[in-house]
Amino acid sequence: MALTLDDVKRVAHLARIAIDDGQAQAALSQINDVFQLIAEMQAVDTRGVEPMSHAQDLVQRLRQDAVTEGDQHALFQSVAPHVDGDLYLVPKVID
Amino acid sequence: MHNATITSLSADLAAGKLSSVELTQHFLNRIKALSSRYNCFITVNEEASLQQGRAADRLRSAGKAQPLTGIPIAHKDIFCAKGWLTTCGSKMLSNFVSPYDAHVVERLDAAGAVNIGKTNMDEFAMGSSSETSHYGPVRNPWDVQTVPGGSSGGSAAAVAARLAAGAIGTDTGGSIRQPAALSGICGLKPTYGVVSRYGMIAFASSLDQGGPLARSAADLALLLNVMAGHDPRDSTSLEREREDYTRELARPIKGMKVGLPKEFFAKGAAPAVVKAVEAAAAEYRRLGCETVEVSLPNMKLSVPVYYVLAPAEASSNLARYDGVRYGYRAPDYSDLTDLYQKTRAQGFGDEVKRRILIGTYVLSHGYYDAYYIQAQKVRRLIARDFAEAFRRCDVIVGPTSPTTAFKLGEKIDDPVQMYLNDIYTIPANLAGLPGMSIPCGFDDRGLPVGLQIIGDYFSEAKMLGAAHQYQLATDWHLRTPPGIE
Repeated sequence: MALTLDDVKRVAHLARIAIDDGQAQAALSQINDVFQLIAEMQAVDTRGVEPMSHAQDLVQRLRQDAVTEGDQHALFQSVAPHVDGDLYLVPKVID
Repeated sequence: MHNATITSLSADLAAGKLSSVELTQHFLNRIKALSSRYNCFITVNEEASLQQGRAADRLRSAGKAQPLTGIPIAHKDIFCAKGWLTTCGSKMLSNFVSPYDAHVVERLDAAGAVNIGKTNMDEFAMGSSSETSHYGPVRNPWDVQTVPGGSSGGSAAAVAARLAAGAIGTDTGGSIRQPAALSGICGLKPTYGVVSRYGMIAFASSLDQGGPLARSAADLALLLNVMAGHDPRDSTSLEREREDYTRELARPIKGMKVGLPKEFFAKGAAPAVVKAVEAAAAEYRRLGCETVEVSLPNMKLSVPVYYVLAPAEASSNLARYDGVRYGYRAPDYSDLTDLYQKTRAQGFGDEVKRRILIGTYVLSHGYYDAYYIQAQKVRRLIARDFAEAFRRCDVIVGPTSPTTAFKLGEKIDDPVQMYLNDIYTIPANLAGLPGMSIPCGFDDRGLPVGLQIIGDYFSEAKMLGAAHQYQLATDWHLRTPPGIE
């Protein structure tokens, strides 16, 4: 199944990646080549096969509900693009 | 000094024949003189490396040296190292100085190893040629007009050009083994869960695994001894008894059953690659092994399955790069959505964006079952093929990559051609099995061919033994690229 230009623009919006018509057009043909490759796997009969999400059968480990990390916000915010006081600054969201 | 293996450098350091500071300075001098030829490092920090060299010498004086103490190791720029620029080959992280260490970095540090620099790589490890880096393509030391493979191409080129004694990399679909093959060195991807992913920048979390690159199988074993181990901060890190991965190096391999999957030799591999790999199989027979034909009938589906699962997981993992908490932020924007969209459009390269779009599509409403769940089902069929094959053999061998190193720019505009490079390496990632690559010959242009060895879960020590015995009988791994003395 081939994607359309609208599909590309829709997923670009979902992924929050700005894309203009020219870029979407260029991406479209390469992405469709990849989906042609992917189609080979879609034809396989997998009735009765359990999906394999992981190589090992693991369950999430539980741990004590206890504080394990110290406060390092100053260190972590030292690499932020825009900080004021302890706050990460973004454009105004609510009027 | 730089042509010596880690094993022999370690012995020289222990015998007091050289100091870690001398060794570190020697590699730093080589990097200064040669690394621009290969573009294999993104960051070199002489003072930080020398400080670690001095600390290693102090550890040794205090009688606390371990095998890797004082050994200069290059780190793929995907591993967070505190105080070091950690870019993952992307503009998105081009200003990211990591505030913490990856588990693997902590362990190497605790063992007294020296971080000799951060190596170039495909952006976010997405690529098979190390050409998608924001910092420009890496060049192959065997022929600088060709690629070193990817995505750990900077690590592979650094080891091949003798700019580091060893290196660490990551392998999601072949990113340690394929560059090791194309660059004429050795590389190992452990069983999924053996090496912690904490602090290793995530690409496809159910497939990503860290591992070593070096010049011999014995060196890989020394590196893995330090890298492996349980870490509660990675929920997929396995709780297992500590292993000594050198324990089977000296064991004769007479009687070992070596499986040759017929699909690895069917079509698609270049004649020079097939010839070198068949010669390696013959060498194993000379060493007393029995070769048996095995089959991995679903192998051809590996690439299509991978290009559903890996982009799906990547689209989720890379959602964190939003220009708010760290990394690149677009200079001009009107509102919050515009900030996200411009930051991500400008911060990511074409290949990364392509995979995010594919991943977003296959996970989107109405397509999830047809793509993602179907891919996970076929993944199980591929894993079952291996389980069946390992009933008949101890290890599987075949080519690592269908071709030797290709020209820079040759495949960069054709994603599907690039993706098909990983046809022989992806199956082990999907199944979660350990795989490695060692040099086994050259093509008629003098470019190295890699032999892939795939083992059953947790059989790294056995695989390393099989590789080491081959390296005792052959000298492919000792050859040096032209111009390297």
